[in-house]
Amino acid sequence: MPEIPSSAIESSRERPRIGVYVCHCGTNIAGIVDVRAIVEFAAKLPGVVVSRDYKYMCSDPGQALIQQDIAEHHLNRVIVASCSPLLHEATFRRVLSRAGLNAFLLQMVNIREHVSWVHLNQREATEKTKDLVRAAVRRVSLHKPLQKRRVSINPHVLVVGGGIAGIHAALTLAEAGKQVYLVEREPTIGGHMAKFDKTFPTLDCAACILTPKMTAVGSHPRIHLWTYSEVVRVEGYVGNYKVKVRRKPRYVIEDLCLGCQECVTACVYKEAKNPDEFNLGLSKRKPVYLPFPQAVPQKVVIDPQTCIQFKSGKCKKTCVEACGDRKAIDFTQKETIEDIEVGTIILATGFKTFDPVRNPYYGYGRYANVYTSLEVERLINASGPTAGEIVLRDGGQPKAVGIIHCVGSRDANTNRWCSKVCCMYSLKLAHLIKERTGAEVYNFYIDMRTPGKGYEEFYDRLLDEGVHFVRGRVAEVSDWATHPSEKGRLVIRVEDTLAAFVRRIPVDMVVLSVGMEPQPDAQDVRRLFNISCSTEGWFLERHPKLAPVSTFTEGVYIAGACQGPKDIPDSVAQAGAAAAEAMALIDAQFVELEPYTAFISEDQCSGCKTCIPLCPYQAISYMEEKKKAAINEVLCKGCGTCVAGCPSGSIQQNFFEDEEIFEEIEGVLAYA
Amino acid sequence: MPEKPKVAFYWCASCGGCEEAVVDLAEAILDVIAAVDIVFWPVALDFKRKDVEAMPEGSILVSFVNGAIRTSEQAEMAHLLRSKSKLLVALGACAHLGGIPGLANLFDRESILKAVYLEAPSTVNPEGSLPTTHHKDDGHSVELPGFYNTVQALNQVVEVDYSVPGCPPTPRIFRTALQTLLGDELPAKGTVLAPDCALCDECPRKDSKPEQLSIVEFKRPQQLLIDEQKCLLAQGLLCMGPATRAGCEALCVRGNMPCSGCCGPTSRVKDQGAKILSSLASLVAGKEAAEIDRILATIPDPVGTFYRYSLPASLLHRKQLDRASLHEAAASK
Amino acid sequence: MRNRDLTPSEKSQATFEPRIVAFFCNWCTYLAADLAGTSRMKYAPNVRVIRVMCSGRVDPQFVLDAFAHGADGVFIGGCHPGDCHYQEGNYKTLRRFHLLKRVLQQMGIEDERCRLEWISAAEAERVRSTINDMVEKVRALGPLDLIPTEEKVSAEEVAV
Repeated sequence: MPEIPSSAIESSRERPRIGVYVCHCGTNIAGIVDVRAIVEFAAKLPGVVVSRDYKYMCSDPGQALIQQDIAEHHLNRVIVASCSPLLHEATFRRVLSRAGLNAFLLQMVNIREHVSWVHLNQREATEKTKDLVRAAVRRVSLHKPLQKRRVSINPHVLVVGGGIAGIHAALTLAEAGKQVYLVEREPTIGGHMAKFDKTFPTLDCAACILTPKMTAVGSHPRIHLWTYSEVVRVEGYVGNYKVKVRRKPRYVIEDLCLGCQECVTACVYKEAKNPDEFNLGLSKRKPVYLPFPQAVPQKVVIDPQTCIQFKSGKCKKTCVEACGDRKAIDFTQKETIEDIEVGTIILATGFKTFDPVRNPYYGYGRYANVYTSLEVERLINASGPTAGEIVLRDGGQPKAVGIIHCVGSRDANTNRWCSKVCCMYSLKLAHLIKERTGAEVYNFYIDMRTPGKGYEEFYDRLLDEGVHFVRGRVAEVSDWATHPSEKGRLVIRVEDTLAAFVRRIPVDMVVLSVGMEPQPDAQDVRRLFNISCSTEGWFLERHPKLAPVSTFTEGVYIAGACQGPKDIPDSVAQAGAAAAEAMALIDAQFVELEPYTAFISEDQCSGCKTCIPLCPYQAISYMEEKKKAAINEVLCKGCGTCVAGCPSGSIQQNFFEDEEIFEEIEGVLAYA
Repeated sequence: MPEKPKVAFYWCASCGGCEEAVVDLAEAILDVIAAVDIVFWPVALDFKRKDVEAMPEGSILVSFVNGAIRTSEQAEMAHLLRSKSKLLVALGACAHLGGIPGLANLFDRESILKAVYLEAPSTVNPEGSLPTTHHKDDGHSVELPGFYNTVQALNQVVEVDYSVPGCPPTPRIFRTALQTLLGDELPAKGTVLAPDCALCDECPRKDSKPEQLSIVEFKRPQQLLIDEQKCLLAQGLLCMGPATRAGCEALCVRGNMPCSGCCGPTSRVKDQGAKILSSLASLVAGKEAAEIDRILATIPDPVGTFYRYSLPASLLHRKQLDRASLHEAAASK
Repeated sequence: MRNRDLTPSEKSQATFEPRIVAFFCNWCTYLAADLAGTSRMKYAPNVRVIRVMCSGRVDPQFVLDAFAHGADGVFIGGCHPGDCHYQEGNYKTLRRFHLLKRVLQQMGIEDERCRLEWISAAEAERVRSTINDMVEKVRALGPLDLIPTEEKVSAEEVAV
């Protein structure tokens, strides 16, 4: 680790010569805070040598101004009162470094997010700013030169989730020469995209574009594909994560199974009896099955819930017989835990679709011919349960179909957000249904949202194709006929807000365009990886615009719909971005960590051992010979819990020393 | 022969134990007497206040003042000795931190006087007379010391050069402090003349403390048969040792009783009570509020326990009076 | 309510602006406060935020020091239980807070003056509402006023 030059230590011990820089941020700050008054106030504070304001402190001239002052006025401490330190602390630290000062002799004062943007009264905002600046001046006088810690980056990457985002990220990384562990909960990768028939707006077949990528993942020498597996524990820190993965037993030895499916044919169940998960229960599968024809890996799986051998232990095991010498079936298989070490992690855990049972007025689950959009994807799919023919649950063919938009989206009773993809996929389904059945298709929408390359054009095309569009939120789907033409059909009641009257439209099939929701276990997953969620449950990005795939945990990235509703192109773009972020870290070979570690003054420590159980990272140990505690700086993550807990004040935290915080407390309160 | 350095002793609000501690030097006191000239020591020698008043400013080398400041007379004496002495030393916990008398800061003057002069079961006071600062009797009037609302440590009333901790300071602490004061090189002003490390450092039971302590109950000494070898905290006893300055050689712990904190905090701590609170609470088992409260309820008197000797010197100094009643009182006047 | 002259204490209460010191965890409440800013939410200007890496860094001494130096209230913001960026720091905060509250109670400092809230990075609205609520509650209590002034010292010295 590079040492702090002794000259830097010397200069920090000199009497503080502080420069205070107040940013206008255009009118963002200066519109509320009396910047001139702050500059004059700061100039009189003890130790302050220079006090200035500038329109945009973070701009090149702003930075140059500070740099020049440091040289000219021999400043050894700098205060920048501007935006949140989480935005520009790094920027201004670099300014200090360029000027030859240690970067940690800077203190930021957050007068935009915490003052000018949240207060309306100029006098109050200015007074608050003065308090914060005074505190910073008092605190910065105690700052010591610090050095960031360097940690090396393990070049292996863990990708969690094998949908299109996870697949794309894994392939990108593997192609770049990185070792990738791709962990997928289901027995196959493919995610939601594998269930789709066509993709909007180009109408290219989902399988045609996805399957090659899935196969590439399955056969890639640098991708360790672990399906039917889940991450159960994550320890460590950026560049050095230790991960435990539980591999559930599929009762088929993956290395031995060839995917011939002779066992499936041979199963004692002559007919498939169990609802097929991949087809959302629209078809049946046997206890031994391949999730779908293009599944990757091409390995069957045995469902112990339905397999006779597991239920009674008295099956004739015709599957084993069929497998013969390959001996791939192993009823005694147990779950295993794999330990891996990776440097970076990409979460691409996707979404779930809204369960329309929560909106009972649409009759889902009550009327056989009310479908979710995802079920219709399977119905239309050539390899789906009906081989692509749209056959209703009651066996008929629809003559009229109603597609209800925004089910579980833009709804104060369920989810407020727009799921972003439903307008487009509803248009796609409308087109496909009309094409396949010639039925009249009605779209019931609130607003048509079709921003995207080729999206609006697709909407135009649908208008030309004679699909009906009714603007209005559907009130109810019922089978209550008030007219002979409605008999035996489903009636959609809706206020047509363009025509301004209430309509009853009889149809044979209702498609509910269900929205996207966070995965039900998103909270558990985010805790596992130590990241945050938005209030809705989507994984929270570090910055909505400037760091959309980073999280607040270094080395953990997010991609795809786990971060919020998005379509395939956006998911793939994010996956690529996340892969690039991971690679940037890997190729740099090391990362610099904040030096906010705790340290023990050995001669002051009484060896009371209070701190030892307080550290969640086992960074504190007791030295038996010296009878004192010691902190391993590499393991310390800098929370400061042991510092607050040390009963004799013998532990301190870099940049957050007791004295520094006391100065800050007393500084904000030292008003006249 | 050069003049021997002059030394004074004085006793403010305290029990007198610190005076005993001086005598506890045993034979060593003879060396002290040989080395210095004691010019004022009301408990042992017949010098009067007027004798001190007659001394030139700064003529005493060291004044050792024990006891907290509770009355106006004590404050006057503290100021007087300050002006006459080169060095003023707070001797013992009461002068150093406020001490046991400082626990009176949980009450106010009125309630204390009421309890002592009117309500105590042993009090016979049919006329309900209370102490006053002016008394007239038989044509004579007399001025008496006033009783402050708040007990203060010595350094909250006058500038103090050094403190000697302990309730009372052990002979070893006192002897070492004397040697330091009479030596050639004086430590920095404000220094507490004892090791700047917590008591665990010199505790004979240190090795028996487990590294992973999780507290499920605090016990009081009478609730268990105390193991004489094992760390007291590990036995569930509330020992202040981790947050208390060393120097006493863990006398109480050697006597099978937990440290109660008389030597005060280390120099790095502003508030001894807050620090022991923080460390003990951190080690409490339980993640639910109810469970945490159940365990913490086994500390019946947090302030009396954590601030037994340091309440006046703590960050909050004293209990805040009931503002509602203050407002009422102000309104009624 | 009857019209009557305000007592001096009521007058000072009418113009009283509580001073509240807040300790916000860098990973949750501090971010939520930033988010309140970017969302242009408006709230009372009485709080001064001090950033710490974890609410577990908040030494009870900090709370007492703030009171001792003129704060009328102290607000600690940390991650929700189970969500600590450092795994368990907030549980230590919770335990210390519960014991500290008992000390404060014994010392005559009202419950509403010291508050611990779990506010995640997304809960900007809770930053706003908690600050507003706390300011109003502390305002109703009046100043804590622990800074010793000459006036107060001489009042202390009034003998019986």
